[in-house]
Amino acid sequence: MTARQKRMMFVAMLVAGIGVFISLIMMALNENINHFFSPTEILEGKAPVDHSFRIGGLVVTGSVKRDPNSLRIDFDLTDGAKNYPVIYEGILPDLFREGQGIVATGIIKNNVFIAEEVLAKHDENYMPPEVADALKKSGKWSEENIEAMKHPENVPVGEGNPYPGSPASEARPAGAL
Amino acid sequence: MSPSEFFHMGGYAVYVWSSYGLALVLLGWVLISPVFTKKSIIKELKMKYRQQERQRQEDSR
Amino acid sequence: MKLPAIVHKFSSPKNFYTMSGKMIPWFMWSFLITLFAGLYYGLFVAPPDYQQGESYRIMYIHVPAAWMSMFIYMVMAISASVGLIWRIKTADLMASVSAPIGAAFTFLALVTGSLWGKPMWGTYWVWDARLTSELILLFLYLGFIALQAAIEDPRNAARAGAVLLIVGVVNIPIIHYSVEWWSTLHQGATVGKFDKPSMHISMLIPLLVMATSFKLYYAASVLMRARGEILRREQNTRWVKEVVENESK
Repeated sequence: MTARQKRMMFVAMLVAGIGVFISLIMMALNENINHFFSPTEILEGKAPVDHSFRIGGLVVTGSVKRDPNSLRIDFDLTDGAKNYPVIYEGILPDLFREGQGIVATGIIKNNVFIAEEVLAKHDENYMPPEVADALKKSGKWSEENIEAMKHPENVPVGEGNPYPGSPASEARPAGAL
Repeated sequence: MSPSEFFHMGGYAVYVWSSYGLALVLLGWVLISPVFTKKSIIKELKMKYRQQERQRQEDSR
Repeated sequence: MKLPAIVHKFSSPKNFYTMSGKMIPWFMWSFLITLFAGLYYGLFVAPPDYQQGESYRIMYIHVPAAWMSMFIYMVMAISASVGLIWRIKTADLMASVSAPIGAAFTFLALVTGSLWGKPMWGTYWVWDARLTSELILLFLYLGFIALQAAIEDPRNAARAGAVLLIVGVVNIPIIHYSVEWWSTLHQGATVGKFDKPSMHISMLIPLLVMATSFKLYYAASVLMRARGEILRREQNTRWVKEVVENESK
């Protein structure tokens, strides 16, 4: 084997090695990172029962009940089709509010999701408060809300998207989430 | 907006100012450090050339 | 495919050294002007966000830094490929001196994102696809820097580095599209969507000014690094000897 062939072997090994490395990471992402379950999926029994997982959805407006004596908070999450109750005790992120998209980690006990961590998502829209108010007043805001409801956390992952991690553009609008 | 309001950043002062502070320190260092590197390279090369010169004079003797 | 002779002439270390010396002040001044304009508009003029209040101002560091982390990587991959194929020394050099700057921007994007995520999302870090792929980018930069340091001969170092850079390019579209391909905690792209950006113009302008400023910073910074490194790599040529001896004591 000449020196040049050795170098070529080195290059080939490097390319193959990193290729395998990247595909393993991609697979890991598909298995774990990507997946939060929507309320609909949980009601269909797709979520794991014995260990913790993530639930994603919008906080139902009017469903938030805070316990005056502790940090406990009860609320419902929706994916636009079904709702699921969540209980959490702890400090909430600043963006937590009614209508906000959130992702919570926890387990199901007696048909209630007991969250140990609540993370807020925010959308990719940035505007001054006055502009947001004006949009709300002019009625254009509701259109945006409808758009928000189409976001993937509300699209039942089973529907039209058999592989939850795959780029299914028809199920996941580009840029959403 | 008063200066104290500005530095308060609506309660997010810690997060906002540490972000800007880190950017200043890190990018500042990355920008300035090659000046010192170049100076030390020039110093090193000057010594090297001087040594080569001395060597050549000794050889020709 | 042959490059026109002028490219080779222009990219000779000596020409590059002279030209870059003249260009640095221009990049430096325009960087400082855009920086102050961007900071002024970003911190004083732009209104607070309707949801995130003042905390969103971290964006003016975070987003341009994240853009730069990908931009510099692509510049490095392209110049390393050019160096590999056409044997242009200054192209190899540009790739290797860009690495610390790219790594700094990647680190900055990760840390500022973390400082933004804590108050808004409720966590410093999640292993979502966007954050993980950006972290891999940092490791690619560090791997490249380590590889360059481990191989003494600049030509061999450049060749090995080029391979690493070219293979790592696969990570760039993963970072960019991660927010579309997977459900991530990180929100989708705001600027660069094909329809109009979903950011109010008063907030968008400082962002674009800061992004320009960071590009100019990179230009000034990389040329400064390249000049020092050229002297080191070309130390056995007559012109470097002249440059060094004319340098004030």
